[in-house]
Amino acid sequence: MSKKKNTLLVSCEQAKHICDKMQYGEATLLERLKLRFRIMWCKATKSYSKKNSDLTQLCKEAKIKTLDKEKKVEMKRKIDGFS
Amino acid sequence: METFTTVPKHKLNPSKWVDLYADYLFNYTISRVNDTIIAEDLVQDTFLAGLKSAENFKGEAAERTWLISILKRKIIDHYRKINSNKGKAEVKMDLNFDGEQEGSWLEQKVADTYDLNAEDAIQNKELGLAIQDCLTKLPKKQAEVFIKKTIQGMETEDICKELNITASNLWVIIHRARTTLMECLENNWYKNE
Repeated sequence: MSKKKNTLLVSCEQAKHICDKMQYGEATLLERLKLRFRIMWCKATKSYSKKNSDLTQLCKEAKIKTLDKEKKVEMKRKIDGFS
Repeated sequence: METFTTVPKHKLNPSKWVDLYADYLFNYTISRVNDTIIAEDLVQDTFLAGLKSAENFKGEAAERTWLISILKRKIIDHYRKINSNKGKAEVKMDLNFDGEQEGSWLEQKVADTYDLNAEDAIQNKELGLAIQDCLTKLPKKQAEVFIKKTIQGMETEDICKELNITASNLWVIIHRARTTLMECLENNWYKNE
């Protein structure tokens, strides 16, 4: 019994790390279980996990776009060439 | 010492414009013109116009605010150009209106039928800019890694190769970036909602 508990028990820092990976779908099933387990009793993990999912959701909703790398290089070249 | 009062608060630093503002201006534009290529061109034009009128910069506004004001004019010019190509925008009106509706008929005739989505669109536009704002507050490396991973959706392995970092480095950077962003959005987004 206690052995099983030990394998599921992770520190707050480890739980946060798993939570980060989860935002990108990169946490394993066992890791997700460990996180769930910690969330049951650790308020800090729970709050981090909630805010982290919110951030993921906001980034999705915002549909932020970035300029192509090549386009940026071209812009820099034009700016430098101006003077 | 004697020139102290005339020193402008803000200075222009064009060599950093692309790194600091290009993505922000790009998102600002794309939500208004809905076309990637046109948005790219408008951002480019804005930078060049900024360089041309750099001597008019009085240093009263922040660099980005100043660039945005140029960009706004570029966007308006863009729409003027399209409209003059198409011929003037036309609103067909039925003038046989009922007297009781006086005053409201014109608004009804020109009402945007897509208005239901407009609120969402505005919300997303502002959210996008709020996130961009928070991203500019991150250290360069953190912003770079976060954008690649979250916004461009790159694989961990590819980012590590490109930036020559280990996976555990990457996750530490991501963690720091996310923590700062959560805090920043807490202050700048949720509180304004």
